[in-house]
Amino acid sequence: MSSQTEQTKHVTSPTSASASASASASASASASASIDKSAPAPKGISTPHESATLHVAGEATYIDDIPELAGTLYAALGLSERAHADISNIDLSEVEAFPGVVAVIQAADIPGDNQCGPIIKDDPILADGTVQYVGQPIFIVVADSIDIARKASRKANIDYQDLTANITTADARAADEKVIPPMHLSRGEAAQALENAPHRLSASFSVGGQDHFYLEGQISYALPTEDGGIYLHCSTQHPTEMQHLVSHALNIPDNQVTVEIRRMGGGFGGKESQSALFACAASIAAHKLNRPVKLRLDRDDDMMITGKRHGFDYHYEVGFDDYGKLLAFKLDMTLQAGFSADLSGPVAARAITHSDNAYYLEHTDIAAYCARTNTQSNTAFRGFGGPQGIIAIEHAIDSVARQLGREPADIRAANFYGTPDSDPTIRTTPYGQVIVDNVMPSLFDDILKSSDYAARRAAIREFNQSSPVLKRGIAATPVKFGISFNVPHFNQAGALVHIYTDGSVLVNHGGTEMGQGLHSKIERAVADELGIHIKHVRSTATNTSKVPNTSATAASSGTDLNGKAAQDAARQIRQKITAFLAERDGVTVDSIHFADDTVTSSEANYRFPDIIRQAYEARVQLWSDGFYSTPKIHWDASTLTGSPFYYFAYGAAVSEVIIDTLTGEMKLLQADILHDVGNSINPAIDRGQIEGAYIQGVGWLTSEELCWNEQGKLTTHAPSTYKIPAVNDYPTKFHVELFNNQNVEDSIRRSKAVGEPPLVLGMSAFFAIRDAIGNAGSDAADKTEGLARQPELNAPATPENILRAVWEFT
Amino acid sequence: MSHSKSTDNTLQFVLDGQIISLNNIGPTTTALNYLRETLRRTGSKEGCAEGDCGACTVVIGELHNGRIRLRAVNACIQFLATLHGKALFTIESLKQASPNKHLHPAQQAMINTHGSQCGFCTPGFVMSLFALYKGNTSPSRKEIHDHLSGNLCRCTGYKPIVQAAQDMYQLNANDAWFTLPGVCDDISEQEQQLIEQLQSITPSKSLQLQSISPIDGQIKTYSAPNTTEQLADLSLENPEATLLAGGTDVGLWVTKQHRILNHVIYLGSISELQQIKETADGLTIGAGVTLTDAFKRLNQHYPTLSELWRRFSSVQVRNAGTLGGNIANGSPIGDSMPVLITLGTHLSLRKGKQRRDIALDKFYLDYQKKDLAKGEFVELIHIPKPTENQQVRSYKLSKRFDQDISAVCAAFSLKLSADKVADINIAYGGMAATPKQAHHTMTALQGEVWNEATVRKAMQLMQQDYQPLSDMRASAEYRLMTAENLLYRFYLDTQQSVEDDANNSISGDATGNATRNKTALNVFDYIQEARS
Repeated sequence: MSSQTEQTKHVTSPTSASASASASASASASASASIDKSAPAPKGISTPHESATLHVAGEATYIDDIPELAGTLYAALGLSERAHADISNIDLSEVEAFPGVVAVIQAADIPGDNQCGPIIKDDPILADGTVQYVGQPIFIVVADSIDIARKASRKANIDYQDLTANITTADARAADEKVIPPMHLSRGEAAQALENAPHRLSASFSVGGQDHFYLEGQISYALPTEDGGIYLHCSTQHPTEMQHLVSHALNIPDNQVTVEIRRMGGGFGGKESQSALFACAASIAAHKLNRPVKLRLDRDDDMMITGKRHGFDYHYEVGFDDYGKLLAFKLDMTLQAGFSADLSGPVAARAITHSDNAYYLEHTDIAAYCARTNTQSNTAFRGFGGPQGIIAIEHAIDSVARQLGREPADIRAANFYGTPDSDPTIRTTPYGQVIVDNVMPSLFDDILKSSDYAARRAAIREFNQSSPVLKRGIAATPVKFGISFNVPHFNQAGALVHIYTDGSVLVNHGGTEMGQGLHSKIERAVADELGIHIKHVRSTATNTSKVPNTSATAASSGTDLNGKAAQDAARQIRQKITAFLAERDGVTVDSIHFADDTVTSSEANYRFPDIIRQAYEARVQLWSDGFYSTPKIHWDASTLTGSPFYYFAYGAAVSEVIIDTLTGEMKLLQADILHDVGNSINPAIDRGQIEGAYIQGVGWLTSEELCWNEQGKLTTHAPSTYKIPAVNDYPTKFHVELFNNQNVEDSIRRSKAVGEPPLVLGMSAFFAIRDAIGNAGSDAADKTEGLARQPELNAPATPENILRAVWEFT
Repeated sequence: MSHSKSTDNTLQFVLDGQIISLNNIGPTTTALNYLRETLRRTGSKEGCAEGDCGACTVVIGELHNGRIRLRAVNACIQFLATLHGKALFTIESLKQASPNKHLHPAQQAMINTHGSQCGFCTPGFVMSLFALYKGNTSPSRKEIHDHLSGNLCRCTGYKPIVQAAQDMYQLNANDAWFTLPGVCDDISEQEQQLIEQLQSITPSKSLQLQSISPIDGQIKTYSAPNTTEQLADLSLENPEATLLAGGTDVGLWVTKQHRILNHVIYLGSISELQQIKETADGLTIGAGVTLTDAFKRLNQHYPTLSELWRRFSSVQVRNAGTLGGNIANGSPIGDSMPVLITLGTHLSLRKGKQRRDIALDKFYLDYQKKDLAKGEFVELIHIPKPTENQQVRSYKLSKRFDQDISAVCAAFSLKLSADKVADINIAYGGMAATPKQAHHTMTALQGEVWNEATVRKAMQLMQQDYQPLSDMRASAEYRLMTAENLLYRFYLDTQQSVEDDANNSISGDATGNATRNKTALNVFDYIQEARS
């Protein structure tokens, strides 16, 4: 153990499960009766990220930092310059002749499947005869240096025969080009209810995609092992899938491929399925040449090749009464899927199952169409379609409020699902799941009060009346987010816990660390289970040869699944030690406690390392596996019904903005967030997730704009042209609070998943902008609450899109 | 080569107290690649290789007025050879400097505030914080933000990092580093040691490095002349050579366009070109003066431009890039040129022994085409000082406040005589193939009463001045509309005092407490009417 890690972990004082347990018990009084009162969850502790000391010292090892083996070669990819074309001739002689080039590999050189699609096999590793987007890899160059490989990759002479390319979703939809069959969910009689509604409105709008912009680009480093195998270092959220795809590409069994990842420099969904192409390419090259091969993408290539968050086009009709109660909602969503299916199906499913957000919709009809465009194949991105589903209903509800001239926050509150004590009808989702943990009404009320929403609304109105150029706006938006993979069998996890004879503990599990603090939380769970200080617990790299058959670290589920598995493993060891001690010392099992680095019984106290040594000498097994599978969930993918989510996470945010009606510039002035993470395992880490997700959500909906030109080339493929939030973009008034709650389900320490849900809160900024635009114009002050305009604002709300909505120019 | 006898052929710089001497370094080897690939110092990260994310931030130390000056730069586009005679500090240096290998306060503060998540951007942030710690003892929040605007973080949302910047001064921790001028007048032992080391390697001769490219087998040359004379001769002898100033654009030719440069001539070693001279009428800025230094001086004379300069790229780029480079590069979207044109800036061009003077607005001929002969270079920039009644503004529109390239950059200079326009100068970037003046609009305003009606009328001439293009930054419609509106914004700004400026636009720190224009016409109505 390095001294740096020791330092990190000394920051907080030692604690134990038993000592801190009482504090949270009272806090959970309001939670449901289903909580096991006999074992209240211990209160969370804000220890720094397990790698914090390494991060700040530049000593945390990412894949490109691993010392290279002698003989390592470097790869680069040759990319398509056409959106859709047959390759009529490919001449790579100049590439091959480039000084320092060792090999050039094409599709025909792949020993097994030329395929890296995660679900549907429509995603070639290397284009074979036909290219389907600008940037699609066609060949691999392997050279003595990365510089040579990249330079050589530009030397190909390829003749293309252009085919019809659908660049926009409108093009694709017109041509009925789709990557999977359309999806549809309905409940009640939406058409009839629309017909009968006292008020109706319809709208169309679009929301752009989002590049992940993980700071560490895609990278794989493949080492050939004996007997034709591969040891692959890969920056991935899904080591098991990488293992499978590499083994298929090389036509070798899974047991010949090991994939390892200690940490990623960010993932956000972009390294779930999309790390596969690079994993396979590096492995194919290493396998062919029998030399280590590293494939590290240049940022521009990364952005040109990899898929992004799906952009969506929406058309909806909503029926409502005089009070803004939603009577019917009919929604049609078109996803920009890109050239292949990738994860578009599950993304669309999550969009559909989140198009209700926190609102009860008696009559609803939701359709999703995954349009095949000749662009990068879009993929998972934090929220996985959930945010895109939610923004549709939020847009509708915002528009309903405007049409009625009423406060949008009131209309939102009037439509929330029922609380657990209410009639199950008004807490049943369109897909049939009965919600048993709804805290939204009180949470939303709390954030409106703590953010002083009503008074600020009045102040903004006053400001706007006297400010002709600058206009302010405010909005409060909720999030209800379903936690679990929609595919039930993904909801399983395994772990290994080892206790060494000096009492130090090593934990390994199937989840991957991408900055979210997964390992930190799991170390906490293991440490508390064993009653030892967290500094004695170390996480190691995720590795398919340790815990197999893992699911992606995705769907916010990393801690829920792997934490439970690791806890199970630690508990089994504790039980073995307990049994040993009870028998040896003649004490009852119940009298034995693990706390404060000590094991106590009615007879004696032992330092944890001492009892470990004694147990070892008594031949007690001091390591164990652990396993977890999420209970209760079920899902019918053919009907889009069931109970896919173990529980829901809730949150709400209030954002205030100011816009300049001469230029469309916008500034986020204040954000107040109240978010439900259940009983937090680590409040500091959870806050970091909430703040970061909120800003990432704001970026998605404001400054981050993806542009493709008419030839289908992505023109925003570097940070010079693609603008993620920078430091002056976060609001200087930024308040984040954790909602006082415990998970009603038996999740790890009654916590809730936090990775994705708070991203949705960034939406409050978008609707605050819409509010500010609605306040522009001479008529605004005359109408009730200045809400009467329906600004036609598309996301991202760039200065240009804001100005267009202000002036309605086209 | 004619200068070989009078040149050094060894690159020398200080790293962690050691003098590193190298003589087989390619002219375009970046500091980052040298650190990561040759030294395997992998703490500095590559996030973009174009100077836009800051993950590779390192700090350069150099002698300045007898003391050490530290500045953060992007290692990914900083050619290693430009470190000749300087000291390089990387993330690994921080613990190295501490006798007990303790963390620097900037590092400890980042841990305490939970300022790292994935950790990949963290070393770059820490180095920016380190430079801030050494350069400013009590930065305001705005100064912290501006200082960090060249570092991107995708995980945290920045708040804990800014908190770390505030907290690091309170940490009673192990700053084993020398204290800098402005903070401490006494020179510490550590600083003295570095000063002596740097003095020992201060180039007395020009540097020339030659190496054989592994790609084409040809000799590549790096020349860093010491005098303008030598530069002029070298440029004349090697008209095809690439002139390198800050390298914040040339770096991208190498990392992104994969260009192979046969001969690079660096002008950063010429002390004459790093001078700013002030006369009664104006400033003369040498072509090697960094953007940081040039803007600092310009701010003293034109305080209304401070907002433009703080939004000009990032600290790291301003520390490396030069005003001369920005001008000579001649991008149609460079942010310095519109305002410099409106101020009546002139350039001194040099070719061999010959010098000629040219007005900046005559320098740009067409897209990426300048009135600059082969072997000729920009030597000096002459910027007039403001006259008493001159009002100057420049506004930048982009998708992001920090470190973005302008969709439109507008600049205005106005002199009124009573209520009439005595002299007006308007120029825009992003509106044409070059930075360009709005001649029709200017003519319409010249001699007229400076009021809303005149301005409105003049705005309509903007479409005669410009036919902008659509690209990923903005559409032609947006560019034209905002070009007009920014003239109106300028008019509004001239209707009140400088102190109210922050309330006129939302860029910057406006909290929305604008009190302006209460008596003015409702702009919205007016413009809407004009458009319908």
